[in-house]
Amino acid sequence: MPLTKEQKQELEAKMREFVGKPIGAPDVGRDAVNEPMIRQWCDAMGDTNPAYLDPDAAASTVHGGLVAPPTMMQAWTMHGFDMAKGYDEPQDGQQHLHKLLGDHGYTGVVGTDTKQGYTRYLRPGDVVCAETVIESISEEKATHLGLGYFITTRTTFRDQDGEEVGWMTFRVLKYVPAERPAAAATDSGDGAAPAPPGRIRPPRGHDNAWWWDLVDQGTFPIQQCNGCKALHHPPRPMCNACRSMDMGWVEASGAGTLYSFTIIRHPQFPGYDFPVIAALVELEEGTRIVSSVIDCKPEDVKIGMKLSGFIHEDHDGFKLPMFRPARPAA
Amino acid sequence: MSNASIKFSDVSVGDELPGLNVPLTPAVIVGGAIASRDFTPVHHDKSAAQGQGLNDVIMNILTTNGYVGRYVTDWAGPDAVVKEVSIRLGAPNMPGDTMKMSGTVVAASDGVVEVQVVGKNAWGNHVDGTVSVALKAGD
Repeated sequence: MPLTKEQKQELEAKMREFVGKPIGAPDVGRDAVNEPMIRQWCDAMGDTNPAYLDPDAAASTVHGGLVAPPTMMQAWTMHGFDMAKGYDEPQDGQQHLHKLLGDHGYTGVVGTDTKQGYTRYLRPGDVVCAETVIESISEEKATHLGLGYFITTRTTFRDQDGEEVGWMTFRVLKYVPAERPAAAATDSGDGAAPAPPGRIRPPRGHDNAWWWDLVDQGTFPIQQCNGCKALHHPPRPMCNACRSMDMGWVEASGAGTLYSFTIIRHPQFPGYDFPVIAALVELEEGTRIVSSVIDCKPEDVKIGMKLSGFIHEDHDGFKLPMFRPARPAA
Repeated sequence: MSNASIKFSDVSVGDELPGLNVPLTPAVIVGGAIASRDFTPVHHDKSAAQGQGLNDVIMNILTTNGYVGRYVTDWAGPDAVVKEVSIRLGAPNMPGDTMKMSGTVVAASDGVVEVQVVGKNAWGNHVDGTVSVALKAGD
């Protein structure tokens, strides 16, 4: 149930109370920076940097001795095994804020971006302490996951003398999850990686399903009015030339010319090979179709170039017409 | 990695880093989570991950940061000093996939170079970001 305007204002007022405040007492790392934990980190990351692993080699680097990998900074104050247990009650201000949003339907959470700066590298023996503040909360945003708020925290990392050793900003989206089929239901259970996602499918309705059904069989159809013989694409119920509703089709030869195009580089959502050359193609039969041009470098695309159409099949079996540059006549 | 380090004077904007393919075994994903002391269940417990609509366990952010940092220092050498790592997260890293890492030098001034890093898996970009790293001056 979406929140009323009043409920939302009330929620946002409560959220604003968290902004600019520490989430709780500083987190002090349980263990001082130490070589065994550095070695375990390097093993897991495949990192063989001698500055982290070999005291003699490290002594002759700019670091002058063993240092911890800078990206390990946050690990020193993580809570470790206890995190697996989960908590019934919020443990700090950040968890209280998340619970507040969760109780209002914003149950999803996903980390979106993080930035870390390193004032100095940590060395064995350093004790790290983390102080985290809720830095900002965005306006409500519509995202591909659902409606939500971006929450940014800022953590300052200090050493045993209270000196700053680094900082981190971390942004999460707390969102109302969109209804979607459970991804787990498609898992084969054999431990294999999930198949890469496919192209976004066109909706098939009363007026166009026949066209896609022919494409599924490997045919490249163009709708033709049985009354005045005008060609149309995309398919429609009525001829806009003669208003006939008696519609048939002819098969396209695939030969065409590039009428216009654009190159899509960003955002790179899954299921497509970027950059995508999105093309408006004039078919030799006399109508135009939006498609894409493949087997062609973006710098080689020219308006007016001759194209050759074919039915392309994706890895997941979905078929659609596509074009590639026509070969010059032999 | 070799013990030789790149010097600032050796680097030009547009230089490309050697590619790195990271096989995403369960050991890499779970091992990275444990080494970073992140025991959140979705990073080591497949059934917990499936309970959240995921197909399998997913790499945690600290491990992604670790690989991004390692990727740049593998190239820059042990004398490099990482100043900042800034990443955006996209498609999750799951067992059975491979993360293909690539990098390009996008800025170089005052002894500090900025490397744009992309880690791509079968779903798309797992991570894209920038790493600022100080290098030794040339001779």
